[in-house]
This record gives sequence, structure tokens and C-alpha cells, in this order.
Amino acid sequence: MSAVPKHENYDVVVIGAGPAGLAAAEMTAGFALSTLLLDENAGPGGQVWRAINSTPVKSEALLGSDYWSGAEIAKAARDSGAEIIHRATVWSLDRNLEIGVSVGGGSAFIKAKRVIIATGAQERPFPIPGWTLPGVMTAGAAQTMLKSSGLVPDCPTVLAGQGPLLWLLAAQILRLGGRIDHILDTTPRANYIAALPHAFAFFTSPYFGKGLAMMREVRAKVRVTSGVTELAASGNGKLESVTYVAGGKRETLPAELLLLHQGVVPNVNLAMAAGVEHRWNELQLCWTPVLDAFGNSSIAGIAIAGDGAGIGGAQAAVWRGRAAAGSAIKAARSNAKVSDVSPQLRRAERGRAFLDVLFQPAKQFRIPQGDTIVCRCEEITAKDVLDSVAIGATGPNQLKAYRRTGMGPCQGRLCGLTVTELMAEARGKTPQEIGYYRLRAPVKPIMLSELASLPKNDEATKAVVRG
Amino acid sequence: MSQLRDWTLVDVIIIGGGIHGCSTALHLCLAGLKPVLIEKDYAGRHASGVNAGGVRQLARDVAEIPLSIRSMGIWENIADLVDDDCGFESHGQVLVAENEAELADFRARVADLNARGFTHEELIDGAELRRLVPAVAESCPGGVVSRRDGAAQPARTTAAFRRKAEQLGAIIHEGVPATNIRKDGKLWRVDVGSERYAAPALVNAAGAWAGHISAELYEGVAVETIAPMLMITSPVPHFIDPVVILRGRKLSFKQFKNGTVLIGGGHLATPYKELNETVLDWRKLAESARTVFELFAVMRSATIVRAWAGIEARMPDDIPVFGPSAVHEGLYHQFGFSAHGFQLGPGAGAVMAELIAHGGTQTPIGGLNISRFSKPTPSATA
Amino acid sequence: MTIHVEGHPITAREGDTVSAALLASGLDVRRATAVSGAKRLPYCMMGVCFDCLVTIDGVGNRQGCLVPVAEGMQIDIQKGKREIGK
Repeated sequence: MSAVPKHENYDVVVIGAGPAGLAAAEMTAGFALSTLLLDENAGPGGQVWRAINSTPVKSEALLGSDYWSGAEIAKAARDSGAEIIHRATVWSLDRNLEIGVSVGGGSAFIKAKRVIIATGAQERPFPIPGWTLPGVMTAGAAQTMLKSSGLVPDCPTVLAGQGPLLWLLAAQILRLGGRIDHILDTTPRANYIAALPHAFAFFTSPYFGKGLAMMREVRAKVRVTSGVTELAASGNGKLESVTYVAGGKRETLPAELLLLHQGVVPNVNLAMAAGVEHRWNELQLCWTPVLDAFGNSSIAGIAIAGDGAGIGGAQAAVWRGRAAAGSAIKAARSNAKVSDVSPQLRRAERGRAFLDVLFQPAKQFRIPQGDTIVCRCEEITAKDVLDSVAIGATGPNQLKAYRRTGMGPCQGRLCGLTVTELMAEARGKTPQEIGYYRLRAPVKPIMLSELASLPKNDEATKAVVRG
Repeated sequence: MSQLRDWTLVDVIIIGGGIHGCSTALHLCLAGLKPVLIEKDYAGRHASGVNAGGVRQLARDVAEIPLSIRSMGIWENIADLVDDDCGFESHGQVLVAENEAELADFRARVADLNARGFTHEELIDGAELRRLVPAVAESCPGGVVSRRDGAAQPARTTAAFRRKAEQLGAIIHEGVPATNIRKDGKLWRVDVGSERYAAPALVNAAGAWAGHISAELYEGVAVETIAPMLMITSPVPHFIDPVVILRGRKLSFKQFKNGTVLIGGGHLATPYKELNETVLDWRKLAESARTVFELFAVMRSATIVRAWAGIEARMPDDIPVFGPSAVHEGLYHQFGFSAHGFQLGPGAGAVMAELIAHGGTQTPIGGLNISRFSKPTPSATA
Repeated sequence: MTIHVEGHPITAREGDTVSAALLASGLDVRRATAVSGAKRLPYCMMGVCFDCLVTIDGVGNRQGCLVPVAEGMQIDIQKGKREIGK
């Protein structure tokens, strides 16, 4: 079904077909660089334009014009001459720009002269009591089901958290006739004041008007409680109720579905496993790669574009993709005429600081306590982590030896930030000093049989890849 | 001359916070001495923290068997020493013969060991092999078992030795390298950031970095930097107890209590020592996967969750450099364990402490002395 | 199209992922974790959390949220440490 890569060498391999990856691949292919675009999903779009070619939700108004703008870029990429492979999982990338990719149950190795990582963002972990219960999902999960399958909640549903995507999702669910009983807004009240100095840039950004209209639309239909300072899910084997505290008052709501969201953070696994240097971002409270203006990383030949370079949103992602593509084109053809996209990128990034400050999640929702699970895979609690710190675990990598945190299948994606911040707080250090898990390939698990059936040597590899 | 008050005078300076340095620190404390241990990263950062965890007397070079046996006695009561069982489990280790020719070699090896008075290796036939390792392919005719062997959790073990050493009074420096290593009269002097230490004894337990230190001290030997690769699967139901190793093809195989299966065996990654990094060789890991695939049909649909490699030192003859320097009084070497030093750690620390505290040991280690490499020269390092 | 969950036929829609089809089926499709046996359902639906792990056509530990349904697919819910060698 899925085709394997046609060649073993490419000028440019782009990983991820969201806004950044589509824009980058279209541009490098347009300059006649041999370009391979690999994407894990069934179709192009990434998360923001998920199922852009296949969504059963056809109405323009229901998903919004920002969503449908993706169709044009996806089409341009398709027509660009870039080789595009979906359902292709890149499980290895190293500093020599060798890529291990799994397609249709078989793996191949390919070499690139340039790699543009455009693996985007994931939702920030939201470790509250009971967040592992069936019935607790991310807002992004609900959005995926809505876009890909036209599915919306029809049971008692609570939406909790903060950030623009929370309101977008709420609006989308409501427009499609879905059910939301209550929105619990966790935006810390102090953030409104802290964000003020950045407000002017935001008011003049494209997000402002849309965001305000969407919040108004949602508030007209759903009960919203602001200033939520505590949140817990409970139930026996599945979600039955959500308890929250707002203005010092504790309330319990019956619920079968709780959708959580407190922003998105870069998906760092592939870049970190390749050895790309990252630093702790004090504003976005996550790890972001150290990059130049074109997205070039600490590893020669590897650039990062899109939200993986630091959260900037879909429009910025497109321009970051083009900036990285331009740099790749320049490297291959020094006389190529590549236009400078930095003004467009700056415009697209305007207003981001306001959102970053306003929607910086509160400490109690990032750094849990007691029996709240931190590592979902190995079922390790905050107390477990602190107990290990007390007997000598000094950082996330040392903690593995005590508790196996980060060693399960998700490879730290849903506990890494929490563990870093939790240990930093417990040890009185900065997250930068505490560090992150050393990540390793395979960044996604692969079948032993698939590895075993890799061609035995380079020659055989080429024969199979060509076939 | 430096003012004495600028210096912290201790009994021993240990460079390297792997299982060996930590074990030596711990045993020196038990002997009533005051060591300082200096580790440029953190204890167990490299090979000691990320090795396969094999606690193996099986299939060792004769020169290191006494040290291995000494170590085994400590492993069996490891919690008494470090207040942590280190995840040690003793289900034996089995060397599988893949054909009759290998089995014949194994028979000769066991007879030779018996003649030397070593009885830990035991030849087994196909029936006993299948009793110990039910999942093994029918084609394997037998093997060798070392029944007291087993496996432990390497990072946890190294952390436990480090912790206990510190509790007993060792000074532990992590995150800062030892620099300016020199001898001044009877004292070794070392800088650690802004601090300075002096001691009559210096232990070079710096693993892959040990070659640089011995070269600086004009006792260079050919230390190769290697990075053996390992990979681990998602949890699968329990199907095997002992650790399994092969000789012909590079493979070691171990299932942990939580169901995950560790696959190793010595295929090498490319180390980037100065970056503290390794680049994995997936074609070689694929060979390991193929071997597992052929020998253990039950593993065919398991998934590989992670793969990694730890940086360490290998000597030309694949056995460690262990014991006093051939050049300097008060210098001791404890490196070059060549991808099988984890099991030796507890015993080697005990013996090293005896060498330093008492000037000798009952455990035969003569075959491991650095003097076996001809004519040390300052430049002969890798 | 029809897919089978633990042998029961359910109707799925072309373009659905396995996880979406399971959640829409109304069946109890909670898996049990390998560590404690705790019940779980998919959490992120975008390939991050691995709480959607299922056995698809006999191959275990697949990320159900990334695999599109196909006619006749056999899905098994994972209960604890997955059985191997099936």
C-alpha cells in the first residue's frame, strides 16, 4: 500500500507534513532539489490541518478558514515534485544524516544532504489526579476525532485548561452539535497583568480578533468557570466526576469525558535523539532547540522548522518552513535566488509573547504532588520521584535507574517536562541545570521482526530500496 | 610551592565515578581511609550505568577469574554492603552452543578450567539446556552454565555504591573533571575546579578516559574507546530465567522481572567521546535482531523500545589493566575492562582497597598488571 | 466497512483510525497496562502517549491512533503484558 522511498539519497528529507514541512518540501522541490517528505499520518496537514484532504466535515464554516487554508499548501506540496510518503515513521536520525524509516511494516535507511525536522508540537502534559482514567483525554485528541472522523462528544463533557486551542476546540465541537457541559478555565489571574506589556503586539496580530470572537461564541452557549486553581478527575476504572476549586470553593461535576489542554510544546524526541542541542525556554516552559534565523541546529545539515523550533503557531510554521528550505537551497546552489522571508516570519510571530505569558500554565498544573501519576507508562507518582531525589537521584537520567521513568513506550513524551520541573524544584536548581532525558533511537518502537528483516549490508539495502 | 592550607589532604584520589571508582571508594572507606572521587559527568554516566547488567563468571579469561570469583561472593550479599539489592537476581548464565563443533570447544574449555581448580562452569547437554532455556531453538546441542551467575541493574548498582561510599565519608565530586594531575614528592596533586586535593595514592579508574590519564603520567598504553550497543523490548510474558550468551554470533539475552528483554552482545556503536555521545549502527543491531529471531521464535513479534551504547575502554588483549603502576609509586590502575567489567566492580574495589591499605592482596591478579604491555611510552595511546 | 474487535464485528468508517473506530463502537475497549493492569483508553490520539496500544491482525503494541481501519481487520484489546509468539 505505502510506497517505500524511491532512492537511497536525497538532497533534502523533510520529516513531518504539517504547515512547516509542507511549505519546506514544496519550496525545495520547486528549486529542483530531490526532496522526500515523510509523514507519520495517513494524510497531510499535521495536527492543525489534520485530515485536510479527507475530513468528513466539509462545511467551510464549521472548521474555520484557518483550517481550510491548509488545503492550498497541501496541494502545492503535492504538485511540487517532492516525493511524499505517508504512514512513514522515522524512527532514527543521527548526526551523519542517516534516517531509519518504517513504511508498511518494512524499514529502510536513507541518506540526506539536509534534513528539515518539522515534527511539530504535542500537548503539554497535564498531570492532575486521575488523568490516566479512561474518559480523560487531551483537547487535541477530541480535535483529531472531530477532524478525521467527524466525531464529537455526546456524553457529559467537561473541558478544562487554557489557551487559544481550548477555545477553538470548544467552538468547533459546538458548531458540529457536540456536547460541552462546562469549561473550567485554569488561566492564572496574575497572568492577565503579566501579559499586559505584550498586549499591543497581540492586539495588532491576526489572532486577536478571531480569538475574541471565538471566546464570545463559546461563552454564549456553555457555562464557563474562570480562575480554577485545582483540578482532579475521579472514578472507578473510568471517569465519573471532575472536582475543581475556583475562588476557594470546591465543586464536583459529573462527567464521562474530560478534555484537558494547557498549551502545546515542541515535540523534541527526534531532534534530541539526533543530538541537537536544546535549552530550557523560560517563557514557554519547555525545551526548544538552539537555532539560527533559518532554523539550522547545532548539527550540520539538520534544521528544525515549525512548532518544533518553539511554539509559534501555524502561520509562523509555514514561514519557518520556507526559511529552512531557503537555507537548504542556498547550501545546495549558492547562486539560487531565494527571497528573504524574515519580514513575513516576524509578522506571523507577532503577538506570540502575549499568548506565551497569558497562557503560561500555573505551577500546580505542571508540578504535581503526592499520588498523582507523573509517568503514565511506568505508573510513577510525584511522590515516587521525590523519594528517589531524597536518596540520591540528581536528574532525569539518574532517576531512570530508580524508577524507570521515561523508559516506557512513550519515551518521556508525557513525563519529561514534569520530571525536569519536579526535580528542579525539589533540588533548588533550574530546569536547565537539571536537564532532560537523553533520548535515543528508535524514537518510535519498531518490531524486532522488522529490524531482523533489514537487508544485511549496504548493497542489499540498495537493492531492496530500489526495488 | 603551593601553600599546604590551599590543599585538602586525603588518603586516596580516585578518578572516575563508574562502578569501579565507586566500589574502590567504598572499600577504602571500610578500610578506614579517606578517599576523594572525581567524576567529570556523574557517577554511572557511561558504561557503568548503561551496560547489560550481566553478573557473569562464565566464559571469562583465566587471568580475571580469581577477581570474578571474589566479586561473586560480594554480589551474593550485595545488600549487606550497599543497603540495596541492586536488582541482583541469580538465575545463572548459559553459554549456548549453536552446533556440535562449538560444544566440543566448550567441553575442552570446561576440562581446562577444572584442571586449574575452577568449577563454576559446567557443561550441559541438550536436555538440560532446554530445561534451563525452554525457548531455545531445537538445533542447539548443549552449552555451558554458570549457575551462580545472574544479572543486576547497572545504574542502580553504581548509584548504590556511590551513595554508600559517600555515607561512609568519601568526598564525591561530580560534574567537574580532574585536571593538572601531577606528582609532587610523595604526594599526588589534582585540581577539581577551584578545589585542590593531595594524596599519597591515586587510582586511575577513568574508563574510556583512562588512557589519557595514564599517558599524561608517562605510562601510556593502547586504550581503545568502544561503545557496545544494547536494545530493549517492550514487556512480554515471562519466558526465560537465565542470561543467555552465544560465542559464534554476538548475542546476549536477558529478560527482566518486568518482562522487558535486553538484547546485547557486543556489536559496537561509533563513540564520540568528547561529545559524550554515540551513534548507533543499526545494521549491526539488525544482526542481533536476526539472531534473536532465529533462536527464539517467541520473540518474533516483540517490539524494540530503545537502543543505546555506553562508552568504555578496551585493551588489545580484552582483559583489564588492574593493579599498581609499573612506573610510579602510589599510582594504581583500574581500567580497560573491555566490556565485561560490571561484575568485577565489587570485587575489584575490595582488592584495590587491600592493595592501597595493606600493600597486597590474597586474590591473584598478576595477569592484569600494566607491565604486560611492553615498554610504556608517553605517546602510545588511542 | 466491518472490522472485528475481540471477534465481534463492528462497523467502521473509511478514514477512521483504529482508535477512533474503537471509541465510536460503544464497546468496552479499555486496555489493561503492562505494569499494574490499570484500565486505559487513548489519551492524545496523535501518536504521543501510547495509551492506544492494540493488537492488530495479531501484531501487538501497535499505535491504534495512527493506523487507518481496513476491511476485515482483527483487533484485540491488550490485557497486561502482551502475549508473544501468537
